Amino acid sequence: MSMPQARCLPTWLTTLVVAVAVFVIVTMLYARGIMTSYVYNVLQLACIAAISALGLNLVYGFNGQFSLGQIGFYAIGAYSSALITKEFTTYWSGAQFSTLSWLQAGMIGVVVILWAANRLHLRQLFSRLNKALAELRRMERTILVAVVVVLITLVLVAVGAALTWVLQLGISALLTALIPALPAAAAQSVLFFLALVTSAAFAALVAYLVGKPLLRLHSDYFGIATLGFAIVIYTILQNSDMVIATMKGARGMVEIPMWTSWPWVFGILFVLVVVMRNLVYSSHGRAIISVREDEVAARQMGINVPNAKVIAFAIGGFYAGMAGGLYAHLIGFLHPSTFDFVRGFDPLIIIVFGGLGSMTGTLVASGLFSLIIEGLRVVLPQGFEDWRFVIYPILLLAIILLRQKGLLGTHEWGWLQPPHVLLREVAVTGGNPQPPEVIP
Amino acid sequence: MRLTWLRTPLRIIAWMVYAALSLVIVYGVYRLIQFKGATYFFQALLDGLRLGFVYALIALGYTMVYGIVRLINFAHCDVFMVGAFSSYYAITSYGWGIVPAIILAMVVCIVLNIAIERMAYKPLRNAPRITALISAIGVSFFLEYFTALRFVFGADFLTYKRPFDVVVWNVLGLSISNITVIIVAVTLALLALLLYIINRTKVGKAMRATSQDATAARLMGIDIDRIITLTFGIGAALAGAAGVLYAIAFPQIWTFMGIMPGLKAFIAAVLGGIGNIAGAVLGSLLMGEIEVLTVSFVPFGSRIRDLVAFLVLIIVFLVKPTGILGEPQVEKV
Amino acid sequence: MSDQSVSLLQIDGLTKLFGGLRAVSDFSAGLPEGALHGLIGPNGAGKTTVFNMITGIYVPTEGDIRFDGTSLVGMEPHLITRTGVARTFQNIRLFQDMSVLDNVRVAYHMHAGYNLADAILHLGRFRRQERLQSDRAQEFLAVFNLTNRRDELARNLPYGEQRRLEIARALATKPRLLLLDEPAAGMNPVETDNLMELIHFIRGQFKLTILLIEHQMRVVMGICEWITVMDFGQVIARGTPKEIQSNQRVIEAYLGKRRVRGL
Repeated sequence: MSMPQARCLPTWLTTLVVAVAVFVIVTMLYARGIMTSYVYNVLQLACIAAISALGLNLVYGFNGQFSLGQIGFYAIGAYSSALITKEFTTYWSGAQFSTLSWLQAGMIGVVVILWAANRLHLRQLFSRLNKALAELRRMERTILVAVVVVLITLVLVAVGAALTWVLQLGISALLTALIPALPAAAAQSVLFFLALVTSAAFAALVAYLVGKPLLRLHSDYFGIATLGFAIVIYTILQNSDMVIATMKGARGMVEIPMWTSWPWVFGILFVLVVVMRNLVYSSHGRAIISVREDEVAARQMGINVPNAKVIAFAIGGFYAGMAGGLYAHLIGFLHPSTFDFVRGFDPLIIIVFGGLGSMTGTLVASGLFSLIIEGLRVVLPQGFEDWRFVIYPILLLAIILLRQKGLLGTHEWGWLQPPHVLLREVAVTGGNPQPPEVIP
Repeated sequence: MRLTWLRTPLRIIAWMVYAALSLVIVYGVYRLIQFKGATYFFQALLDGLRLGFVYALIALGYTMVYGIVRLINFAHCDVFMVGAFSSYYAITSYGWGIVPAIILAMVVCIVLNIAIERMAYKPLRNAPRITALISAIGVSFFLEYFTALRFVFGADFLTYKRPFDVVVWNVLGLSISNITVIIVAVTLALLALLLYIINRTKVGKAMRATSQDATAARLMGIDIDRIITLTFGIGAALAGAAGVLYAIAFPQIWTFMGIMPGLKAFIAAVLGGIGNIAGAVLGSLLMGEIEVLTVSFVPFGSRIRDLVAFLVLIIVFLVKPTGILGEPQVEKV
Repeated sequence: MSDQSVSLLQIDGLTKLFGGLRAVSDFSAGLPEGALHGLIGPNGAGKTTVFNMITGIYVPTEGDIRFDGTSLVGMEPHLITRTGVARTFQNIRLFQDMSVLDNVRVAYHMHAGYNLADAILHLGRFRRQERLQSDRAQEFLAVFNLTNRRDELARNLPYGEQRRLEIARALATKPRLLLLDEPAAGMNPVETDNLMELIHFIRGQFKLTILLIEHQMRVVMGICEWITVMDFGQVIARGTPKEIQSNQRVIEAYLGKRRVRGL
């Protein structure tokens, strides 16, 4: 659809120019004091909303899996990154890097367990075991297989735990040696980056583990199950002080260093948009989209459908976790009510509003969404603040009723458009098929 | 592979494991009941039943609407809230009795829900399903925040005055209040009425036909729009009654009171198999029991009751992906 | 059993029960390499169910399916495709909101030859493989005369072209066995003729073994070398087109008994 136009600049260049321009203008306006810090914060919130919504757009817009659980991963990212950085600044646990090193080591441990379980071909093992025990009664067989399952799981968990413990010591030693050696500003940046990436990866791992069994469910059932997951996370957060005192449960976690700034938010958003775009326009992206279109046909075309779903879901979780981490360090205070399931509709509203399966739409819609929510706060006269959430749904309804396919439908702009595929000339005459060149 | 010589030892191991597991479970349940006493246990069961009946009335509205238009009507829980508030005003300002209050709540809710359907859902009938869902979320927000305005219901908690005095009877050590009796009686009466409408009347037949295959039903001359309106109406009537009953049982009302019961009722409907009337009732009773039993028996139960409820949901899904009484989805290739 | 060595696809005693319904019962067949066989029968005879069992959508209640010596029973559908079995669908199942080119490229995914990291970082391997994949896909489109439709959404193609695209997509998985489920359904005589020519052509070009379900007798009789007839889940006849045409049970199954007696 996007024919190359010789006169125009390449799309990547125009897009890059626009991105840089937005970045520079906002930075300048803020530096000159023209932009209030309130607006500056709102812009950062809009970018954070965009990151989370982009992740959901991959899950729902491109892969077609209706998820209401995005807010849960957002919460995981927020709280885990907050724990890491707060530990660095306040030594809440007595050490400085224990959360970070335990998280990293633990994730490696889990991945190793998963990898080992995969390599052992457990399913085949069990079916063989079942066959070998065919002479026994069904219940006896089930019990025996269950015992074997429990034993194998225990062994794997033990190995993973041991590995985690050893790794943790190593990682912790490494961090303690390296990070304090850096100048303070650099150490802070490095740690912030590590915290964001680690907690996003953690969210992705949770998404993988949750998604693996749940993604067998179809459409609305999956949506409800993920809603259940979001509420489980919410309830855990409300009672988190029973396990980790510094999370303070329903009273809200305080003293989180406020390290998020416009360059961080914009830079991460930029990188994640590039990653998403490259993913979507690759063979893997097409596999993910084909699952949305027709699961049965995708399977028959050799697509590993469960795998494609869980990959999309995990990446979606990664985006949500990253957004959560940025949010935590922007506000400096976390309360479970920020992650309640009603707020969980926000990313969904954004992607439907922008157009499902449109990255440009998601970016535009998250800007507009923040503009409406925050703009109403500014526009409404004194004494009418309560009307904010009365007008917002009216606007939402009006837009949805008028533009049923969202603002942009599935259209994209600039470099986010599908890359043009070079036409390959193959001689074809009339209605009769001609032999193509040799196809291996 | 021949395992003849291993057969007996393997069987013995299997049965030993089985016996050990059963013993642990039976002993655990026994200790739990012993710990607080059998009366306490049955009292909890009874309270769970009461809560479950209220959930059932809400769940039916969700499940019927879903069965007909495949829409999760998120605004349903706010219709429930409006039901509670309208009866509150009838009772406190005009001194109405319980029966007229329930009827008033039902009528108000019917009008409200049908209006919502006309304005927010009908124009989206041919749009992607998600659009209607977003619309439902929008309506829900609107109702919650609009009614929270000062000149509507206000944002504060109001204390619901019951239009009767609470009487508690003691039956076999269990305390049964007239609140429980009213809730169970009203729910059963409405359920009977609903079952009569669905199974014995022509409209009910049309509704069942529409929920199975809307296109085919239309071809058979069924006026789909009328059926949809009717479904929303019936669902709203049940929600209105549920609002009054819920307020009687838990006499604190405010405009966001619908969210949690609504969510749980909806989850209960899914748990039982959405689109299925019996499933909605079964799921609701289960949900009520789980909630009350968790609060009564699990340490920190009142803090983690939602957690347990949703974990149960997820486990049920993993075992039976379409709910307890849901028809398995068979993909036609 | 002796012919198992020459059969590419060997089906033995295949049975599928849906609750109490015997959709397919004791179905056996063997396809030698390079064969073009037809599977016919009245509606609801169980033909598509056989396809669904071969491709792993349904797990057979009983029986065995061997493809090139390995059993396909219980294998995941996408792994079956990877061993070299591809199919089309009775009610066209294209990826409606993807472009024609992308439809074919999806089928080429398992030969993609690069991983997620290559794609995200646009490494050299990604660029090379992506170009290769696009070229191959366009060659398939050219064979099926769809080149000028390349960038359109699949949903916007006319019916005949959708059918062709579905076959192109199936071929992109590089199958050795192609299962065509009523490829000529809804086509006019001219389109049908083209299709028959096309099937002949791809069979030679891609060295395919083809199993075909079809209702139009003209197609089946015209191109198949061997025909299996099913009715109520059971094989009622097998033979060359000539033999089938004169088979009494087949005529009964298709036309009903009374008509036959009246003839």
